[in-house]
Amino acid sequence: MSGKPRLTYFNGRGRMEPVRWLLAVADVEFEEVFLETKEQYEKLIKDGVLMFQQVPLVEIDGMKMVQTRAILSYIAGKYNLYGKDLKERALIDMYVEGITDLMQMILMFPFSPPEAKEKNLDSIKDRATNRYFPVFEKVLKQHGQDFLVGNKFSWADVQLIEAILAVEEKVPAVLSGFPQLQAFKKRISNMPTVKKFLQPGSARKPPPDERYTENVLKVLMT
Amino acid sequence: MAGRPKLYYFDGRGKMESIRWLLAAAGIEFEEEFLETREQYEKLLQGGSLLFQQVPMVEIDGMKMVQTRAILSYIAAKYNLYGKDLKERALIDMYVGGTDDLMGFILMFPFLSAEDKEKQHAVIVQKATSRYFPVYEKVLKDHGQDFLVGNNFSWADVHLLEAILMVEEKKSDVLSGFPQLQAFKARISSIPTIKKFLEPGSQRKPVPDDKYVETVRRVLRMYYNIKAD
Repeated sequence: MSGKPRLTYFNGRGRMEPVRWLLAVADVEFEEVFLETKEQYEKLIKDGVLMFQQVPLVEIDGMKMVQTRAILSYIAGKYNLYGKDLKERALIDMYVEGITDLMQMILMFPFSPPEAKEKNLDSIKDRATNRYFPVFEKVLKQHGQDFLVGNKFSWADVQLIEAILAVEEKVPAVLSGFPQLQAFKKRISNMPTVKKFLQPGSARKPPPDERYTENVLKVLMT
Repeated sequence: MAGRPKLYYFDGRGKMESIRWLLAAAGIEFEEEFLETREQYEKLLQGGSLLFQQVPMVEIDGMKMVQTRAILSYIAAKYNLYGKDLKERALIDMYVGGTDDLMGFILMFPFLSAEDKEKQHAVIVQKATSRYFPVYEKVLKDHGQDFLVGNNFSWADVHLLEAILMVEEKKSDVLSGFPQLQAFKARISSIPTIKKFLEPGSQRKPVPDDKYVETVRRVLRMYYNIKAD
């Protein structure tokens, strides 16, 4: 065994992408197994490897971890990206959960029927600009620090940069009213491990396309 | 200030119920403010109390916390219900993730149409008995201990008991194939703080009814129909 974490998921972003981000940014190399067929998935279930019969699955430190939040919390805790005390952790958790709600809309978008896509895109734009981005713009403005929590790089910063880039793919000018977030995006993108992850050839996955959605449906549908 | 946590939510279970359970299990007294009108909600919004314009909101230790999972994690850690190290926390997080997904099916139930309710009832029972309960049954059987993680009472135990009782409200004999869970239920229910929470007069909320649904819709102006997944 290599000792490296091993990720099992579809060959695409989905629920695994935040995990790839966090490991990459923490400078932790990892391996990936891509689910391409229903048989692969059924074998994983039969082997008892998926606690609730679901992916993401991350094999790490002798554990077969499932449940995205549990996985991310573990990685953040292990690599000192979770604040210095309970109150900082609370802030990080609040910020991450809010961003996750926004990312959930983007996650589901490729699977929505064609007639609902325009409405869903409008919702993403509305939530990003009226509910979520203003919060982080204000946080950064008020403390004037480089990072969201405790003047130190944390999981919350990683989650926010991922969300900013994902929304920008759908709404290119979305940061136009948010100067703090523009500066934040530039600052975080220039951190060495983040910069490396954003370069071609990294484990970062492209935006989901039809081939990805078809693959997911084929593997999961009974 | 009282020093007690204060919960802002509707007068009903919803996303706040797990928080009531955890505080009660930890023996922590708390206050509640119930949202009954749109005006109350707008006042909270305008006052800047709701970070993402949503409830649940819990005032605790000088913070106005939102996001159910963040609130629960904070309470669990503060009151030593989150395991002794990172690996136990990972297990607790995994188990809670599962019971959270299960309870999620029940959470949306009151907002479904009559036809969808019937379908969802079957889904809840099927998921409980074939995906979730077997996992916890096996965990308890394999280690033979009283609690799910680390031989110590934790958030995972509270959350599982809450989930069991909620599913039993939908199908009273749902634990019939799960002897470990039956014993677990009896054991955890008799822990003094839990026992107290299960008695009439506690802050535990009843099964959501039409009045609850109307209140939520009215306060949030959520008049669209929810579709089951």
